[in-house]
Parts: sequence; C-alpha cells; structure tokens
Amino acid sequence: MSANLKRSNQPIFWLLFGAGGMLSALLGPMLVFITGIAIPLGLIFSPETMSYSHMHAFAHHWIGAGFIWVIVSLFLWHAGHRIFHSLHDVGIHAGTLARIICYGIPLLATVLAARSLIPSLI
Amino acid sequence: MSEIEKIIPIEVLRYRPEQDTEPVLQTFQVPFTDDMSVLQGLQYIKDYLDGSLSFRWSCRMAICGSCGMMVNGIPSLSCKTFLRDYYPVGLRIEALAHFPIERDLVIVMDDFIEKLESIKPYIIPKKPRTLIEGEYLQTPTERDAYEQFSSCINCMLCYAACPQYGLNSKFIGPGIMALLHRYNIDSRDGGKAQRMEMVNAEDGVFDCTAVGYCSKVCPKHVDPGNAVNLNKMESAKDYFLRFVMPKGTGK
Amino acid sequence: MRAVAPNRRRPYVRSMVGWWRKNPYFVEYMIHEGSAFFVAAYALILMVGLLRLTQGEAAWNGWLTALRSPLSIAGHLILLVAMLYHAWTWFTIMPITLPPIFVAGKRLSATAITAGGLAATLLTSVLLLLLVWRLGT
Repeated sequence: MSANLKRSNQPIFWLLFGAGGMLSALLGPMLVFITGIAIPLGLIFSPETMSYSHMHAFAHHWIGAGFIWVIVSLFLWHAGHRIFHSLHDVGIHAGTLARIICYGIPLLATVLAARSLIPSLI
Repeated sequence: MSEIEKIIPIEVLRYRPEQDTEPVLQTFQVPFTDDMSVLQGLQYIKDYLDGSLSFRWSCRMAICGSCGMMVNGIPSLSCKTFLRDYYPVGLRIEALAHFPIERDLVIVMDDFIEKLESIKPYIIPKKPRTLIEGEYLQTPTERDAYEQFSSCINCMLCYAACPQYGLNSKFIGPGIMALLHRYNIDSRDGGKAQRMEMVNAEDGVFDCTAVGYCSKVCPKHVDPGNAVNLNKMESAKDYFLRFVMPKGTGK
Repeated sequence: MRAVAPNRRRPYVRSMVGWWRKNPYFVEYMIHEGSAFFVAAYALILMVGLLRLTQGEAAWNGWLTALRSPLSIAGHLILLVAMLYHAWTWFTIMPITLPPIFVAGKRLSATAITAGGLAATLLTSVLLLLLVWRLGT
C-alpha cells in the first residue's frame, strides 16, 4: 500500500476535544441555566451570587480561576475540533484557513483567559 | 390450498460500462414467496428476466460476506434481507456505497484488499516456536478479549456506512481497524508495534468522527466503531508515551 | 510483451454531494455535530464575561445587564436545549468509544453506559446547583 504513514498530530486535538466534550456534557446544561437564565431572571439564587465582589473573589482563588480557565478553553477546543471535522463533512476540506480558525480561536482564548486570570492570582 | 403469487417491484441500479455513461435504474417485477431473500430476488431476475445483471454472492447464509449491497439506501447483506419486508411498495438495490462501481452491483474492492494486506492480518509471534515446543497456548479469557472482532467476514457494509471513507478513501476505515485490533489484542501476537504505524498515521484512526453507523449495520455484531475508537486512545498513548518510554517497550 | 486485450473497465465513482441528507442516521449526526457551534457560543459569552470582570465593576455590571436582555434570555434558552442535546448524544455515542466494561463477569450493555453517563450529568448538575447556591448565600 502506498499509504502515507506520517504520524498524525490529531491525538493532541482529539484529547482536548474529548475532555471538552465530556466537561460540557456534564456541566454545560446547568452552567447555561445558572449564568444565562436563573441569575439574569433572579430565580433560585441570591441576587449577590454573581455580583462583582463575589466573582472577583472567585476569580482570585486558584480553584475559581482554574475552573473558569478550564471551562472556557476546553469548551472551545471541543467545539473547534468538531467544527473542523464538520467542515470536511460538508466538503470544505481541511485547509490551512480552516485549521487556523478552528484551532486558532481556542488557542487564543486559552492564552487570553490565562492572561486575564493569572494576574489575579499573583 | 394454492398460494396466491405475489409480485414485488425491484429497482436495480444498473451500470454497464460498455453502454452506460452513468448508472441507471431499471425496475423488474419479481414474483416471490415469503421465504425469499433479496438475493433470491436478484437470482430470479438473472435467471428469468435479464441474464446480464451482475452481482456477487456465494454462501446464501451470511457467512461469506460477498453479497453486500444497498437496500433502500441501507448497507445490507442481500441474503439476510427479505423481500416480504418491502412488499408491496418494493425496494431499490444499489451497489455498496463509497466504492467505485465495476458493473451493476459489483464494486471495486482493491482498496479494501490492499488495506487488509497492509495490516498483517495474522498472528506475528512474539517469539517463534518450533514444532517441538508445541502450540501457542491461550486461556478462554484471553480468547474472549478479541473474539467479537474476529467475527468480521469482510463484507464491507461498514465501509458503505462510513461517510468518512466515502469522503476520503485513504482513511483506513472501520472493518480493517476491527481486524487490526483483533490481532493487536491477541495474547499470542507480538506485531502491535508494526500495526500501530497504520493506526497513528494521518489517515489512520483520527479520520473517524464517531458517526457510529458502521457498528449499526455490521451483520456480525463486530462493533468496528469500537475498534476504531479504542485505537484513538491507544494512538494517543503511543503519541505521548513515546517520549517517556524507551524505544521498543512503549508499544 | 504479452498482448493485452483492450481494457473495458471503467469504474464509476459516485458523488458524495449531499450524503448526509440520504439517511436519517446521518441527518442526526450532522445535527449533533452542529451542537459544537452552541458550545462555542457559550464559551465565547463566558470569555467576554471574564474580560469584563478584569476591567472592573462597571464593565462587569454591563455584562450582567446584557445577560438580562430578552434577546439574551431567549438565546440562552436555545443554548440550554443545544447543551442538553449535546449531553444526550455524547452519552449515546459513548458505548462506541469506551473499552468494554465488565461488571460481575458480564459486559456492561450500551444502554447501561448511556444511562450511566446521563446519571452522571444529573449528579454533577445537582452538585453544581447546590454549590453555586451555597456560594451565593
């Protein structure tokens, strides 16, 4: 077989995709409900729950900072990888542009989120 | 009591390279009885209506893997699919999807055969034994580990079910991965390192997007989708651990 | 050289255009793959929130106000449905992606794996709800 046996770099992206997929399956629905529906509508939770002082303190604790960072970046790595393959599914073949957009945005968000969170920890 | 003869319309996708520029549908009215398979319907057409119809078949009992075709768009073994289930509306039969059509319902399977050879679908002993040393022994539990994957009959229904193979035929594909996995997890085998090169390659397991339809259509419950996806994890381990493990031990 | 008969082979390759419309199974696949756009949208909303948080109280309150707009609420209801669908399909595919699991010598069925995953989502959701409720008071 004239197969190209060059090793694929997909394991990196596949692992990030899987981690993000699992995390969004486990926590996604409730997170959307809390931040996007319950808090804005004043349901269930105390109005102070997502106040500036609360969230500021949350992001200044390493657990809170880690949680935000992992959620934002892994959700995007999951989505980027899936969309990258979906583009191929609809006939837009995995070109450099598709790669830059689908993996570049998650990478950028990962760095940006870390840069926003790390100063608050130091 | 005489049975009233029932007639079912069978639409067949014909392609005769010497006369057709592209495949065309042809409908046959086929008398049938409730015990007749789709394959028997085709045999009726060939014997009594149009002798030029070409299709592959052999065992008539779902073990040779020759008679795979699309029945109403679903990859099926025609010997294991029954005309009664399509009466009175009728059915459409096409060559297995995602493969080039050689003629009528006969597909070109060269790619599949090449891939099958490339994965070394046989036991590569860790240490060859002489006749005097006896057989390569295995416990029932060790056998159970791969039994399901050894049930593959190379019918290629899973390839016809796999859009990723249809979009990119370089993809190693589900059935071949099931066979590769069958040997890799055999306790008597020592060829995993060689086969992992195919798994890890750019058109190895990571072209799969876990559609899962391959496992749905498999007539032998091999679950090829599981073989592909288990090997994504194997490949990911191999990808990262190669930096940690000394050469030859990590695989 | 041996004389070769003219090659009459002319294998016909069928087009893949619109492949995913030809089988309900593939239609569902494309829909659940599409859930990625909603997961991405939600992550970007959170990302904006994080950036606003670093810009101080006024900026953060602006983000909170934006979340209270009817458009945002409606959008989040759609996101919620998409997230739930993602969770459902993620665990429906899981039997294919997991290695065989044996419980008391018997292989765990696909249904049991899917049910286990959904139960895990239920559990983590309740825990998250309680945790946020506790942190808020």
